[in-house]
Amino acid sequence: MSNKKHIKMTVNGEEQEFLAEPRELLIHTLRERLNITGPHIGCETSHCGACTVTLNGKSVKSCTVFVAQADGADITTIEGLGNPDSLHVLQESFKEHHGLQCGFCTPGMITRASKLLEENPNPTEEDVRFGMAGNICRCTGYQNIVKSILAAASEMNAAKEAAE
Amino acid sequence: MIPAAFEYYRPKDMAGVLSVLQEHGDDARVLAGGHSLIPMMKLRMAEVPHLIDLQDVEGLGGISVDGDTVRIGAMTTQHDIIDNAALAAAAPIMREASLQIADPQVRYMGTVGGNVANGDPGNDMPGLMQCLDATFTLVGPDGERTVEARDFYEAAYMTDREDDEILTAVSFKAPKGGYAYEKQKRKIGDYATAAAAVLITKTDGKCSAASIAMTNLSDTPIWSEAAAEALVGTSLDDAAIAAAVAAMLGDIDPTDDNRGPVEFKRHAASIILRRAIETAWSRA
Amino acid sequence: MNKELTREERADALGGMGCKRKRVEDARFTQGKGNYVDDIKLPGMLQGDFVRSPYAHAKIVSIDASAALALDGVVAVLTAEDLAPLGLHWMPTLAGDKQMVLADGKVLFQGQEVAFVVAKDRYIAADAVELVEVEYEELPVLTDPFAAMESDVVLREDLLGEGGSLPDGAHGPRKHHNHIFTWEVGEKDATEQVLQEADVVAEEMVYYHRTHPCPLETCGCVASMDKVNGKLTLHGTFQAPHAIRTVVSLISGIEEHNIRVISPDIGGGFGNKVGAYPGYVCSVVASIVTGVPVKWVEDRMENLMTTAFARDYWMKGKISATKEGKITGLWCHTTADHGGFDACADPTKFPAGFMNICTGSYDIPTAYLAVDGVYTNKAPGGVSYRCSFRVTEAAYFIERMIEILAIELNMDAAELRRINFIKKEQFPYQSALGWEYDSGDYHTAWDKALKAVDYDGLRAEQAQRVEDYKAGKTRKLMGIGLTHFTEIVGAGPVKNCDILGLGMFDSCEIRIHPTGSAIARLGTISQGQGHATTFAQILATEIGLPADSITIEEGDTDTAPYGLGTYGSRSTPVAGAATAMAGRKIRAKAQMIAAYLLEVHDDDVEFDVDRFVVKGAPEKFKTMKEIAFAAYNQAIPGIEPGLEAVSYYDPPNMTYPFGAYVCVMDIDVDTGVTEIRRFYALDDCGTRINPMIIEGQVHGGLTEALAVALGQEIAYDDMGNVKTGTLMDFFLPTAWEVPNYETDHTVTPSPHHPIGAKGVGESPHVGGVPCFSNAVNDAFRAFGLRHTHMPHDHWRIWKTANGLGLHG
Repeated sequence: MSNKKHIKMTVNGEEQEFLAEPRELLIHTLRERLNITGPHIGCETSHCGACTVTLNGKSVKSCTVFVAQADGADITTIEGLGNPDSLHVLQESFKEHHGLQCGFCTPGMITRASKLLEENPNPTEEDVRFGMAGNICRCTGYQNIVKSILAAASEMNAAKEAAE
Repeated sequence: MIPAAFEYYRPKDMAGVLSVLQEHGDDARVLAGGHSLIPMMKLRMAEVPHLIDLQDVEGLGGISVDGDTVRIGAMTTQHDIIDNAALAAAAPIMREASLQIADPQVRYMGTVGGNVANGDPGNDMPGLMQCLDATFTLVGPDGERTVEARDFYEAAYMTDREDDEILTAVSFKAPKGGYAYEKQKRKIGDYATAAAAVLITKTDGKCSAASIAMTNLSDTPIWSEAAAEALVGTSLDDAAIAAAVAAMLGDIDPTDDNRGPVEFKRHAASIILRRAIETAWSRA
Repeated sequence: MNKELTREERADALGGMGCKRKRVEDARFTQGKGNYVDDIKLPGMLQGDFVRSPYAHAKIVSIDASAALALDGVVAVLTAEDLAPLGLHWMPTLAGDKQMVLADGKVLFQGQEVAFVVAKDRYIAADAVELVEVEYEELPVLTDPFAAMESDVVLREDLLGEGGSLPDGAHGPRKHHNHIFTWEVGEKDATEQVLQEADVVAEEMVYYHRTHPCPLETCGCVASMDKVNGKLTLHGTFQAPHAIRTVVSLISGIEEHNIRVISPDIGGGFGNKVGAYPGYVCSVVASIVTGVPVKWVEDRMENLMTTAFARDYWMKGKISATKEGKITGLWCHTTADHGGFDACADPTKFPAGFMNICTGSYDIPTAYLAVDGVYTNKAPGGVSYRCSFRVTEAAYFIERMIEILAIELNMDAAELRRINFIKKEQFPYQSALGWEYDSGDYHTAWDKALKAVDYDGLRAEQAQRVEDYKAGKTRKLMGIGLTHFTEIVGAGPVKNCDILGLGMFDSCEIRIHPTGSAIARLGTISQGQGHATTFAQILATEIGLPADSITIEEGDTDTAPYGLGTYGSRSTPVAGAATAMAGRKIRAKAQMIAAYLLEVHDDDVEFDVDRFVVKGAPEKFKTMKEIAFAAYNQAIPGIEPGLEAVSYYDPPNMTYPFGAYVCVMDIDVDTGVTEIRRFYALDDCGTRINPMIIEGQVHGGLTEALAVALGQEIAYDDMGNVKTGTLMDFFLPTAWEVPNYETDHTVTPSPHHPIGAKGVGESPHVGGVPCFSNAVNDAFRAFGLRHTHMPHDHWRIWKTANGLGLHG
């Protein structure tokens, strides 16, 4: 289309540059332009959180951000949290505690949880439920998601203590 | 859900914002956090040929607490509000209300400016601002002006703001006494079925001043002067609270929707207000 | 040297049935490397998007696509006129009706597909949709099935015979032009007589509102016609890939061997992804027309408004009993709102699914059920949302009727259930409505549940609460929700269960590799249930190779054996049985190989965990790993090389999982806000394959039940507009609204299933909905409430309380 804009952004540590219509939604930029398909499209009205990414240090629903708004932004998706040789503690913890079933909400869920634990390393169960309330899961009933996040918090804290 | 194409602007200063607004009139809209506007654009219920992103505009952020004067820049997010210790001390009702807005991700993006300027009756900040007797600062081609929150809202999505103006800040005196923001909603992420903002000052065991505003119970927020007056001078006995609730019910005008019929909403409003008054009084 | 492992250690090393094996699926999902349909990107792929009707009932006067076609990047705009020459403007439904693929002269529900735009990307497609001009002429709208049965307005002119006559439908005679079928089971006269002679009869209309499965991933597909080789590949969100292949072949004329259907990872199904939708047909046609791949993925609003609603059953019931509380008869007449087309996903011979399981867990000697299907101006569907066919409706009906009967008898509802349960020794039990329940021990489960929650204590607390309420000390009431459900799952025996003529067997094919690992392929498809984990556990136990050495593959019709897919909790009962049976074929051949290697007679070796041992000489053995290698490297007289097997399992009967649930709920009488204080769920799904996964299924099913009971609905206004089209209004609870659940179990194996497993995925939903609803109803029992309809959202609860005079 006509009014394409030059966009620059850093995604999972890699610089990306391209031309895009400003109206392009960030979730489509990630998924279709950059082939980063971890974040998913669930509701499209900013209710479900399946598209959650970390944008300039905030948990954001990328279905409700125009690519033009993210020009210059630093973005982390599930793909940037861990890799097959070294998973993020949360990735391990979700596996360990059966914190997922169909897997569709999982990338957004873990990405959001990583930010939650960054801001609150010692959450109570209530903190986790409240802090994760922007992410909908249809399969698990949340019980094991909450368990996974609390367990990850303990593990991260133990690792921190051991390092000190 | 794909929005229609638009021209995008990201000015660095207010002059840049104003020039686009002046050129395109109501074909132009400003974008703050975007979590009200973007879904409407995606559903193609809002047509915005010219979109002005405010994120780079100087001077729109920040929370300042100076003596008893609080000023919050329009681009301040609900997350910022929740996170700000000085604000929490000066006006704890701001934090209490912000925690009840939407969900964590939306609160990282949702701004005070967007919430108050949009004119959506479902938004929580407008009622809260009326309760706090806040003043809005608007900047337009003719310079800056202020307008009282209590005079700002005309109808759903209709406010005193001109098409070529933008709302840059809200300010209010740090409230004294007890406070409460009580909200009934169906789930996280929902608008209020009924919400009440209440401030009460207690002097010698009696209510010396009060302010009450209701959310999502009319096409504008409702600051109920009569409800507050019913409390002043009393020791908030049952009769006084009942009188305040009755006065509030005289001021609201809810409509049927998926949250329930009018009858229910009026009942919920009375319960929520009663609880908010009781909580505020207990904190006064 | 390795130390000799004990038998138990060897069994543990296999990771077989009964252990909490971690899921093999999770590595990719936790890293964002799942492969869902919208992740699929093929070279040159176009994007499809629908023009949909804003009206619920209207004539199409004209469609003008010229402006859309003029838009740069738009490749085609298909309408019914374009599909008609191919005979594809209508398609058969699973229920024996037909459905418009694109509006053929009229529309019957809001959101109906009118035209299909194909463009270079989804942005251009969306712009083009706005440019297609459709002129409609509005027609009177029927949203109420009772009114529809009285109305002169004809919704389906296509079903009228000559002179406006009413030819029979797929399920027999039709009573009215908006009537679809009548389905009757049981003894009408005898039941009516029993009711007449009974000491006590309770009567109630129980409405199970319209809702939607709403998996987090919507429906979609990528159709790719390879014109060079004449092959069609269809990736999509299909809960039954083989059935989709057959359907596509039948309606498109492409020979079945030239069609490859692939279900990639599926982001939840819950019944939403069983049916065939216009988007699939249009994508296939568009790919055939354009010669390039075409993707269609619905958005959330389209999903909620058009693909596969669930329930919408008006169940009028009468239940009779002696004054001591022994149930004597059950009568039910259901008016089923099917929307504009009958697209229910049920086995052919069951137009109301297994609604005739509505006698529940009770020994009811005489019963009668009639169901009338009705057309209205609503979306078609009627899928089983996390349940076997209409089993949720049946369980809700009987569990509400029991509670109402308890009120009528002035009895405790737990005791009423206890005295009417089918007894352990009555199994296999013939129900009055025609089912043979395989096994059960209801009294044990019930007593365990009531003891676990201290039922008597709860009732005492509740009584105190009522006193406190009356004394003005509290405004919160306490509800105790009880449910004892019996499901019927695992459809099903080919003799009476088919879909579009395809028998509902399922299958498993196993190949053992020379080094002692294996691949097994099934006719099912996981949507989060963890098949790759649990089916490997079944095999590990059956064939003695470690689960970690067994790959499970599903969803590719070119490689998997034919099967009917995953829904109705049928995977474990049917494909799980096929897996065990195929495993046993492997084992039988392995036995011969082992005997040869050990130089003894076949009958002189026996299977022992992971090996065959010489009877009486356990030090002489061959491990399955050794046997696998021998199968490929030894010339064994009379035995073919290789080690493979396939089984097609036709179950002799359904399975009948059951459970006992208790919910404790506090209700704010003034705001209608509910709080789940406690939820205890005891499930008996027979043999337990993986307790961790079972528990996860229970948590999830209960949460979906909570949503349905407490607010989730597809609501229409009188004009047929959908009022709940986004997740703002369609209730999906978040972590904040959901409690922690207590899970428990008893084990009553299915006697006819090879491993005794019954299936569990849907139990918590089937049992959960009535349990939550009963808790709400129970809270108001002391104030004279008999029954209040779901969904129990705030305003409806408030209205109930208001109607009982609880607001002063």
